[in-house]
Amino acid sequence: MYQFQYFRPKSLDEARKLYENNGDAKFLAGGQTLIPTLKQRLAQPTALIDLGGIAMSGIKVAGGVVTIGAGTKHFDVASSADVKGAIPALSHLASHIGDPAVRHMGTLGGSIANNDPAADYPAAVLGLGATIKTTSRTISADDFFTGMFETALEEGEIITEVSFPVPEKAAYMKFPNPASRYAMVGVFVAKTKGGVRVAVTGAASSVFRESAMEAALTKSFTPDAVAGIKVSPGNMNSDLHGTAEYRAHLVTVMAKRAVATIA
Amino acid sequence: MTASIIGTSVRRKEDHRFITGQGRYTDDINRPGQAHAYFLRSPHAHAKIKSIDTAAAKAAKGVVGIFTGADIAADKLGPLTCGWMVTSKDGSPMKMGAHPVLAGDRVRYVGDHIAIVIAETHAQAKDAAELIAVDYEELPAVVDPAHAADAGAAQLHPEAPRNTIYQWELGNKPETEAAFKKAATKVSLNLTNNRLIPNAMEPRAAIGEYDDGTGGYTLYVTSQNPHVARLVISAFIGLAPEHKLRVVAPDVGGGFGSKIFIYAEEVVCTWAAKKVKRPVKWAAERSESFLSDAHGRDHITHAELALDADARILGLHVKTTANLGAYMSTFSSSVPTYLYGTLLSGQYNIPAIHVEVDAVYTNTAPVDAYRGAGRPEATFVIERIVEEAARQLKLDPVEFRRKNFVRTFPHQTPVIMAYDIGDYDASLDAAMKLANAKDFPARRAEAKARGKLRGLGYSTYIEACGLAPSAAVGSLGAGVGLWESAEVRVTPTGSVEVFTGAHSHGQGHETTFAQVVAGRLGIPLENVEIIHGDTNSVQFGMGTYGSRAAVGLTAVSRALDKIEAKAKKIAAHVLEASAADIVFENGEFKVAGTDRKLAFHEVALNAYVAHKFPTSEIEPGLKEGAFHDPTNFTFPAGCHICEVEIDPETGVTKVVNFTAVDDFGNVINPMVVEGQVHGGVAQGIGQALLEHGVYDKESGQLITGSYMDYTMPRADDLPTYKLGFTVTPCPSNPLGMKGCGEAGAIASPAAVINAVTDALGVKEFDMPATPQRVWATINRNRAAAE
Repeated sequence: MYQFQYFRPKSLDEARKLYENNGDAKFLAGGQTLIPTLKQRLAQPTALIDLGGIAMSGIKVAGGVVTIGAGTKHFDVASSADVKGAIPALSHLASHIGDPAVRHMGTLGGSIANNDPAADYPAAVLGLGATIKTTSRTISADDFFTGMFETALEEGEIITEVSFPVPEKAAYMKFPNPASRYAMVGVFVAKTKGGVRVAVTGAASSVFRESAMEAALTKSFTPDAVAGIKVSPGNMNSDLHGTAEYRAHLVTVMAKRAVATIA
Repeated sequence: MTASIIGTSVRRKEDHRFITGQGRYTDDINRPGQAHAYFLRSPHAHAKIKSIDTAAAKAAKGVVGIFTGADIAADKLGPLTCGWMVTSKDGSPMKMGAHPVLAGDRVRYVGDHIAIVIAETHAQAKDAAELIAVDYEELPAVVDPAHAADAGAAQLHPEAPRNTIYQWELGNKPETEAAFKKAATKVSLNLTNNRLIPNAMEPRAAIGEYDDGTGGYTLYVTSQNPHVARLVISAFIGLAPEHKLRVVAPDVGGGFGSKIFIYAEEVVCTWAAKKVKRPVKWAAERSESFLSDAHGRDHITHAELALDADARILGLHVKTTANLGAYMSTFSSSVPTYLYGTLLSGQYNIPAIHVEVDAVYTNTAPVDAYRGAGRPEATFVIERIVEEAARQLKLDPVEFRRKNFVRTFPHQTPVIMAYDIGDYDASLDAAMKLANAKDFPARRAEAKARGKLRGLGYSTYIEACGLAPSAAVGSLGAGVGLWESAEVRVTPTGSVEVFTGAHSHGQGHETTFAQVVAGRLGIPLENVEIIHGDTNSVQFGMGTYGSRAAVGLTAVSRALDKIEAKAKKIAAHVLEASAADIVFENGEFKVAGTDRKLAFHEVALNAYVAHKFPTSEIEPGLKEGAFHDPTNFTFPAGCHICEVEIDPETGVTKVVNFTAVDDFGNVINPMVVEGQVHGGVAQGIGQALLEHGVYDKESGQLITGSYMDYTMPRADDLPTYKLGFTVTPCPSNPLGMKGCGEAGAIASPAAVINAVTDALGVKEFDMPATPQRVWATINRNRAAAE
């Protein structure tokens, strides 16, 4: 780890000012990716602005929407009776992120702002068609994830909360990387008021929607509807643990199994 | 307390300090005035070092000293060395390239040590290391052992043309060729034994210290064998005379072989302590462990089995290429030779065996002993090819094995080993019963109905451990003897201190050794202290590896014989009886046929006050030592049965049942032994399904350099084991024990892969059987069938 200055502001306004006044500052929102990166000396920010001191955690369910503060820990989402009641797939997903230490430190906002290609939360955000509220605007999930470790967030913009519309039904099925236990392929399937959504994480450079499966499930919300859909390996990741072909195949299998749990 | 404590599952004495965080590991030790070291390592797999500029780094904040290979050379510090001479089949000695403790003009693997940077803090040392300018000229690299000896492959050491260290053979070539000529059936198999990275829970660490007043060095180090470390650093590297070097291996958090070896970092820290006039501490980060700990396995093998018309084995031929990495580590040469070829007979009568092993250099981390060391590789060869032979002959693999079992002892194999005792049918029968093997077909059918593939695999293994008769290993090239030492000191109050040359780094010696002493002397377990790991207090000993604690325990037992003999003489004087009339039982010295007796502690006190015996005949005190050289290896054997269920859609293989029945002879503490089996099988299942050290073939970078890519087994990867024991007491030691530490890792990979190939209906399958590989095989076979 290189030296950096550490700040723990009490308000979003203070955080913004600190960010503007420090050349190469980074926001710390749980740090489950950032801290290991710093330890490996792969990043050298001049300052860390810890958002943990700002009151932005909490879960509200009202009007068919689950609203979760950006600072809410994975453990709190996983163990919330409200989330379990409204969107059980979301609490299930949160309960399988990393390990207990990660779930007690990592936050929703930190996860989606980082947009790791193998993270779990982006699948739920995109799969449920959530809305991301920031210090300056609201962004729809479809516009938020723009590429590998890239999002629509502007410099200094901070996520404050995420609103998940309660779906008719939803399920998340993850195939974990045998070593890291990140999603090698994770498929979030949801039947929502706006239609069927299928979001895939882990398989490509960023979370994406699988439109052929959405169309098939709209016609018939059954495992068989997706079982025969072959996903192109063209844009899939390929590494020691899984070739592009294997990942493409797993997208179909995980989608089928996700649907099977709720069909 | 009586002798019955031997063989009982008493709780481990050491666990109180370990589980309450009061263990004292090397990194827990802080010496007054210590500075912190960081090692600059090669980012390239193979490169010439044209120049090293340390000027800017030396000027950096907090820097105490920076040293490179040039400084080492100026002080004429010797290279690291391999202590086992292996001779090629043409009679030439193995071809060892130099392994300087800091690189000279060339680096040969990613992680090779170039410079030590010593600073006030670890972070400052790391900062300064970034300021060292090394001008590299990158060279082509070779990481694949299959191509290391190719014409045109990158050459690592001028001493070893075509990167070939030795071409060794064992067994009888003409007889083996004759066996194949008359064979009714031949079976052949290609096997890969995957590279493993040890991953002890405690990373390596060292603190070097120099006392200018006495001219003595002290090294605190994560070692399995502190005396061997002292000997090598003194006699071969030439850092200091042996009596001026103290090596302390305090609590050590796991070794699995990787902490047997003498590494550059500990040598350089000790040497540099005198240079900078301060203690120098280094502790590896996990990434450094991945790069620089000696790795294990990494064999490529072609094996062939000859059978007669009655399915009896006539001969075995094995050809192996072993990857020893970029340099020869301390015992690397012995692992794919005398610890491998000698075990290829397995539990079977095989009249003729011929094994050939080529050892090669590659641009990878050195490879040396890792839990099992050669014997897992041998077991994988013989148990895979035996299973395949049964399948090819359409015979029940159990019946095929039984047909070929050794049943008369002693049994001389064609590959050196003389098995002393065993009952292979007994462990096979017990394992089949525990595993409910007879109902497997029903379980397979039930799984099939759920769309899953079930497979059952056996491994009826034997291994040789309790290393080892000194003259025998000496005749095979070992540079050391493999006896063990013990000293038993009885205090005047009758408690006992045992100084053992064995080292405990997870094995539970503080309990099991104490059980032997307490049981023998009839004193409470808590009155026995086991002391090990410090060359200043413990007499020379060889350390712990190769499941050799039985050797150390026998040394303790022999020292106890002497204690008992002397105590009897003293008791005779005190009780005014003849020494021949004194019997020792349940902790009491009695005059036979009378009620006159002394408790053990009363004799101890008499020994020290020396009032009641003639000191001209009997010396005061009660302290005895023994050096025990075993007369044979011990031969644990048994049967592991693995049952897997494969999800053909994802390729995920789940071990649904795992049964291990082992014959470890007499067991001192069943709980501790079961723990050893649990850990060993976890590592074996890890090798078979999960773990794989992979280097990029082009760049030579270690791809699996962290837990993000190196798949360590986790609790949910493993089943609840079914364990059993059968007993044939070992005839070569008084307690009848055999080694138990490595058997789990030795036996299990073959059982797992036999189960995987059974489930998939394929002949060969390379470890690890990852989901991707299993799925690809299923997919390929399905495509071929369509």
